[in-house]
Amino acid sequence: MNSILSQEVPISWYLMLSAVLFSLGVLGFLIKRNLITVFMSIELMLNAVNLSFVTFAHQWHQVRGQIFVFFVMMVAAAEAAVGLAIIIAVFRARATLAVDRIDLMKL
Amino acid sequence: MNAIFYLWLIPLLPFAGFLFNGLLGRYLPKWLVTTVALLAPLAAFSMVLQISLGLSANQGALAALPFVHTCPFPWISVAALHIDFSFVLDQLSLVMLLVVTGVGFLIHIYSVGYMAHEEGYSRYFSYLNLFLFFMTVLVLAGNALLMFVGWEGVGLASYLLIGFYFQKDSGANAGKKAFIVNRIGDFGFLIGIFLLLANFGTLTFSEIVAKLASNPAWQGGVLTTIALCLLLGACGKSAQLPLYIWLPDAMEGPTPVSALIHAATMVTAGVYMIARTHVLFDHAPFALGVVAVIGAATALFAATIGLVQNDIKRVLAYSTISQLGYMFLGCGVAAYSAAIFHLMTHAFFKALLFLAAGSVIHAIGGEQDLRKMGGLWKKLPITFAVTTVGVLAIAGFFPFAGFFSKDAILYAAFVQGGSGRVLWFVGLLTALLTSFYMFRLWYLAFMGKPRSEGIHPHESPISMLGPLVILALLSIGGGWIGIERFAAYLSPSTGELHMESAIPHLELILSAVAVLVALLGWFIADQLYCRKPARPAQMAAALPGSYRLLANKYYVDEFYGATVVKPLLNISKYVLGWVVDVGILGGAAWLLAGIATFTGAILQRWQSGNLRSYAAWLAAGAAAVLLFVLVPWTTVWPVSMDLIGKVARH
Repeated sequence: MNSILSQEVPISWYLMLSAVLFSLGVLGFLIKRNLITVFMSIELMLNAVNLSFVTFAHQWHQVRGQIFVFFVMMVAAAEAAVGLAIIIAVFRARATLAVDRIDLMKL
Repeated sequence: MNAIFYLWLIPLLPFAGFLFNGLLGRYLPKWLVTTVALLAPLAAFSMVLQISLGLSANQGALAALPFVHTCPFPWISVAALHIDFSFVLDQLSLVMLLVVTGVGFLIHIYSVGYMAHEEGYSRYFSYLNLFLFFMTVLVLAGNALLMFVGWEGVGLASYLLIGFYFQKDSGANAGKKAFIVNRIGDFGFLIGIFLLLANFGTLTFSEIVAKLASNPAWQGGVLTTIALCLLLGACGKSAQLPLYIWLPDAMEGPTPVSALIHAATMVTAGVYMIARTHVLFDHAPFALGVVAVIGAATALFAATIGLVQNDIKRVLAYSTISQLGYMFLGCGVAAYSAAIFHLMTHAFFKALLFLAAGSVIHAIGGEQDLRKMGGLWKKLPITFAVTTVGVLAIAGFFPFAGFFSKDAILYAAFVQGGSGRVLWFVGLLTALLTSFYMFRLWYLAFMGKPRSEGIHPHESPISMLGPLVILALLSIGGGWIGIERFAAYLSPSTGELHMESAIPHLELILSAVAVLVALLGWFIADQLYCRKPARPAQMAAALPGSYRLLANKYYVDEFYGATVVKPLLNISKYVLGWVVDVGILGGAAWLLAGIATFTGAILQRWQSGNLRSYAAWLAAGAAAVLLFVLVPWTTVWPVSMDLIGKVARH
């Protein structure tokens, strides 16, 4: 086993990755017009957070972080079901999924 | 003697009648309304009667007066100030109670006949009961504040009853006028109460008397101010100069109301109040002098106006003002018991005259103009007889009631000497005028030939004639007790009446003069309105200026209108209405609204309804929070690039 493979990946890399994924999620949420893409961006953010949870759980040898990840995944699954249902309902009502058009709350 | 322990029932019985008829009366049959309305004052009157009979049978109990009944629950108890609901029964309040409930009960009976065909029958009787409630509270009050409650209450009842025919503009306006003019007087009363509180620390009459008795040297100064403030209140309620203007207009109310409230009882509250607080006036000679002057001036002033009025009720209204002036004159020469004596006899004969006038008006279908009456004596024999008694009583003929009381006041003024002689002369002049205008009324209404067609007079029902006859008997015999015995009876409440004079037979001489003057008045009226009926018009034409002055009541209403009412209205409209209300208050409101609208318009931009913009703000907020937490602001700059790494290494 040479040195590179035997060495562990430094923890900061995981965290960097998590931050990059999260930022991409935020960015996607902000700039994408399609509601489904926006929804996927949210999932991306959730999973970015999950990654950092797992990282810390590994680092500190604690199982709590991993339990938390399960919770988040569960909530995300439920949210995906509800969210997709809402998206279908919106599409049926308005025949569009462009976020800019869904602005009933606007004064 | 037992009834005295239920003193609180005397006001509360009429109050119960008021509640019953006021709340339920309109749904109930008329006989039930009548029964309840009559039972309340009857029960109150019989209680008062029982108390007074019990007291006069038992000298020991009479000497033990005043009897104080205090409600076990305090009314106001703040720091050093402690005020109870306390009723005080002494000789003064007993006499007043007899008059108020007795005459009140008679007028209730009369009203049953008078109001029989009127709208608002139960409303009328509930107001009348309410009046009796407040009037008895006023009379029985043991402290100035409770008296003020009754004082305001009778004002309210008076307002409601003057405006009883509120569908008529004149009725509604007269009610308002009475209320507003009385408010000026009440303002004085209230200031007086505050000053009493500030200087005596108590409002209880007996404590004020005790404090003054322990300080006999305390004269004038603030006491004069207090007395003058109370006098202002009394002038408002008792229709004295300069606040008398509401009483003639108060005749818009039903006639029994004029008799009860605006002749016999409520308007005498001012006299009663002065008699009740007479120790204050005794310690303030200047204020006492003002009382006398106001009384004498009002007596003469109102009598001159009464000379030329053509409305039968207005003649009586001005005569009431004039007679109240007599009572003030009596108070002003410290003859309080004489004033109360006149109050009592006046209640009898003036109630009688008003009720008789009501009977006349009722008989000829609502006509009040004296010029359209005439020759009624044949058609209305009983009304005519009792009116004659009333006229003789008010003119001061022996042995009618008015003779004794008026005589007592004039005598008290005369023996005071000095300026008292002037007051006496003014009083005598007033007596002449009184006799004249009352006989003028008598001749115009009952004598001569009927002056208008189409009137079919009919005598009033027994429910109206009964009270008239009783009041006529009282107007004859009400004064026979004599001022000496009356004053002696009242002396524990109103102090001794000093009426000694060095001149022998003075009282007899003055009485003879007074009767002669009354005869002279009768003679002139007889000449002008019976023998030479054309003369009055000729005289009016010969003296157009003075006649117009009198007929227009000295233009006092116009004067007040120009100097007080109009400026007040203009100030209200322009200064208060436009500048303060629209300008300052409205402006402030508009300013606040404008600020809110403006900031709202700016903040509205955040509420775009655009999901992504919300998210962007959310992200920006999160970033700002992160920045705030993570940046070591103490060493502010430079921000190291490996911020996250640092956290991780931690």
